[in-house]
Amino acid sequence: MSVSNTTSSTDSVHNDGAGTTPSGLGRRHFLGYVVGGTTLIAAAEFATPQRASAVIPSAPQIPELYDLEDLQTDAALPTSAMISVTINSDGTASFAIPRAEVGQGITTSTAMILAEELDLPVSKVKVSLAPARPELMFNQLTGGSNTTVSTYTPIRVAAAIARNALLDAAAIELGYAVARLRTFEGLIEAPDGSTITYGELATKAASSSTKQVEVALKATSEHKVVGKPHNRDDALAAVTGQKQFSMDLDIPGALPTMICRAPTLNGTPKRLKNRKKIKRMPGVTHVVKVPTGIAVRARTFGQCIDAIREMEVVWKDGSAEGESDQTILAGLRRAELPMVVPSVPILAQQVDADFTFAFRSSAALEPNCAIADVREDSAEIWAGLKVPILAQQNIAQALGMNQDQVKVNVITSGGSFGHKLFSDAAIEAAQVSKKMKKPVRLMWHRADEPRQGRLHPMCTSRIRATMLAGEVLSFEQRNTSVVTDFSHGLGEIITSTIDEAPTEVGRALGGFGFSQTIFALTQELPYNFGAVTQLLNETDDRFNTGSMRNIYSPDTAVASELVIDMMAKKMKMDPLEFRLKFIKDDRTRACLEKVAEEGNWGRKMPAHRAQGIAVHKEYKGATAVLVEIDTRPSTVNRQRFNAVTGPRVTKVVMAVDAGLVINPRGLEAQMQGGFMDGMALTLTSSCHLRNGKFLEASWDNYYYPRQWNVPTSIDVHIMDPGVDQPGGAGEAGVPASAAAVACAYARATGEVPTYFPINHADISFKPKTFVPPVPKSPTNGLKFTY
Amino acid sequence: MPKQTFILNGKPVTVNVNDDVRVLWVLRDLLGVTGPKYGCGINVCKACTSHINGKAFNPCSVKVGDLKKKDEVTTIEGLPDTVGEELHPMQQAWINRDVAQCGYCQPGQIMAAVATVKKVRREGRTLRESDLDDIRNICRCGTYARIREAVEEGARNMP
Repeated sequence: MSVSNTTSSTDSVHNDGAGTTPSGLGRRHFLGYVVGGTTLIAAAEFATPQRASAVIPSAPQIPELYDLEDLQTDAALPTSAMISVTINSDGTASFAIPRAEVGQGITTSTAMILAEELDLPVSKVKVSLAPARPELMFNQLTGGSNTTVSTYTPIRVAAAIARNALLDAAAIELGYAVARLRTFEGLIEAPDGSTITYGELATKAASSSTKQVEVALKATSEHKVVGKPHNRDDALAAVTGQKQFSMDLDIPGALPTMICRAPTLNGTPKRLKNRKKIKRMPGVTHVVKVPTGIAVRARTFGQCIDAIREMEVVWKDGSAEGESDQTILAGLRRAELPMVVPSVPILAQQVDADFTFAFRSSAALEPNCAIADVREDSAEIWAGLKVPILAQQNIAQALGMNQDQVKVNVITSGGSFGHKLFSDAAIEAAQVSKKMKKPVRLMWHRADEPRQGRLHPMCTSRIRATMLAGEVLSFEQRNTSVVTDFSHGLGEIITSTIDEAPTEVGRALGGFGFSQTIFALTQELPYNFGAVTQLLNETDDRFNTGSMRNIYSPDTAVASELVIDMMAKKMKMDPLEFRLKFIKDDRTRACLEKVAEEGNWGRKMPAHRAQGIAVHKEYKGATAVLVEIDTRPSTVNRQRFNAVTGPRVTKVVMAVDAGLVINPRGLEAQMQGGFMDGMALTLTSSCHLRNGKFLEASWDNYYYPRQWNVPTSIDVHIMDPGVDQPGGAGEAGVPASAAAVACAYARATGEVPTYFPINHADISFKPKTFVPPVPKSPTNGLKFTY
Repeated sequence: MPKQTFILNGKPVTVNVNDDVRVLWVLRDLLGVTGPKYGCGINVCKACTSHINGKAFNPCSVKVGDLKKKDEVTTIEGLPDTVGEELHPMQQAWINRDVAQCGYCQPGQIMAAVATVKKVRREGRTLRESDLDDIRNICRCGTYARIREAVEEGARNMP
């Protein structure tokens, strides 16, 4: 099975979407397999064909030639592993996707893609999450909004092969040539009206041996399912409480387990002074020391919390003792890269700006958690994991086992936002289970998440733009950031794949580290601003960091779009007019024009209220966002119990070009959610470092938007760029949203904010105790019934 | 160990556990009723929102010993039975609007929505924007816009 899934036709239509393939003509052909077995299994190599190379006339930035999507997609090329679709005798098709469902809707969109190519109702396609499959090597990472980009073609190839095999079997059964048969709704119909179901054909179409076959895919113009709104496949389970997350699984003997963590960031345990007392507490079964703290296993999580609160632990110092926001920021300042253009150019106008972005928590509502059952010679893990192969390797290493002794099950997650790229809780659970010699259901307390969990790093973004005689001569952006941890596998992907990139890209990236490479692969300023440079420098690797629904783009976009408003003001132009003059890409321009029109840009706003507009180009697509914000004192100073109120965004209009759209309803949901994240980054969400400790320990401290913050109106317009390939969606809504809110705030208040989120200077809560590290559960809940 | 008895989703249940264990853990860890979710344990995130005697409460912040024998606890699993249907109109509205993304907070959101509508009705008025603003339940996927639409649709169809 070494032949790859290559393009074999003379099709002239570029894969990255120059137009629609006319039905039946010049269609691409792909190779795949009918796999030997007792029921029909069709397979395709999990790789997508080579892209046609783009031609860009003038000094392109790297992502125009080759972006993070391309890199992740190319990472699939050398793998020889298969993905397969099985047709079952009950008429259903099943497929285990080697990606993680974390709420973004990929099981639904994948079922739609399969249903389309199979001519089967979507409800009859069952998509599950594949466990860790080491043979897939790098190709089992869910991130970078890449799932649909990388899986769209191979999944269709496997489905099309299955459909053809069903047709071959039906031809024998019905006595007509394949060309005279019709497939629809899981049935095959002959000209005489006789039909046979896929279920009846499943075993008849099975092959005794594996054979290679060639197949053509449906043209986009023939699609009946793809591109139409579809509800999520797990909607009923979600609203009835039947959807199972890791902590809901019934794994025998896996009792609740929690960890008492250090008061300071990354502190480690020396010893537990009152072990005997803790062991005797109600419900407690086991107490052990692990590298990250003291683990306790009990009959209920509540009894774990009680035990943690009684523990007297001697701790070793953490990784940032004595440090605070100010000292970390001072370190960033020392690492800042210089600008090239001098600060006082002759004749030209200049905008110099400098922004700071605080630490932010990527924690989902489902906290870090995992079930582990470690035995003498094997281990099994259940967790929401976006990089399960690496989790398997890390767990095996932590346990002193071989990788093949560790089975890693991927469970649907209660959100990710970058958090589940890492397997922190799964590794801990394995260590605890090994030491206790018992299965454990390990969960982090909410307080552990902002205090010891993964954060988006603090960074600064400085911009210098130079204008002369109505033109922009230069635009320099320098980001300086606390180190982002890419040890979840993207780093390995880059090392092994960057050689596949076009030569000029490889040359440009030569000598870059992982982070600079990713920065260069993702950042693209879609404006004709003369000499554009965007660079990243990193310093300080003492923090637990990671991506957070995108890596660099929200901060970069907030800084650049605010500066664009400042440039427009200097050149006495309207922000929209200025953007339309300089925007260099038609798809981004179309999004911008759409929101300006739908959002009635430029309408007169009362005092303390304003519109803001911004764009972002990434993920093989573009977004534009227009918002209206209310910063009247009566709004900003609204009083609510334990709440952050502040300015309120009252209206949102978004336009998204995500290439070929699989499920518009899912895409709309991703944009709405992405907006909330963007608004949170600009207005409310951050973590405060004081004396080696992050203060936040609750959702009333770490301030993700609540209903009283959210806009009452969000309109999402989905653009049709007329391309045949999907772009990314999961992260696409965030950057332009964060930027549009920042621009609107600056226009409403007349002051450009320089520290984000804008409320970071105010600490609106009393920090919870650090010893004990988790708060007591209240007992007065019956006083608050409604 | 003390015996704790209360009515859960229409049926009496008895559990042997200390008085001070919070109801959330009795439901999830001892009775295997996993619709109510943990998101904070301190009555902030509201992911565990359920009903007691028809009103919203957060079982993470109530000791099981404080429940009386006749107290009726309803979790998302028991919500349809309260209207004698396969699905409560609020659940149907959630499906119609395709509200859930990851789905982790949604059982609590739906229970809060039903209680909010009932509260407004007790007050003899219809749902206002400010009632929707008052719902504290966090959705980290940011499904708030569709939640607002679904609460209004569910309210129209509630008996």
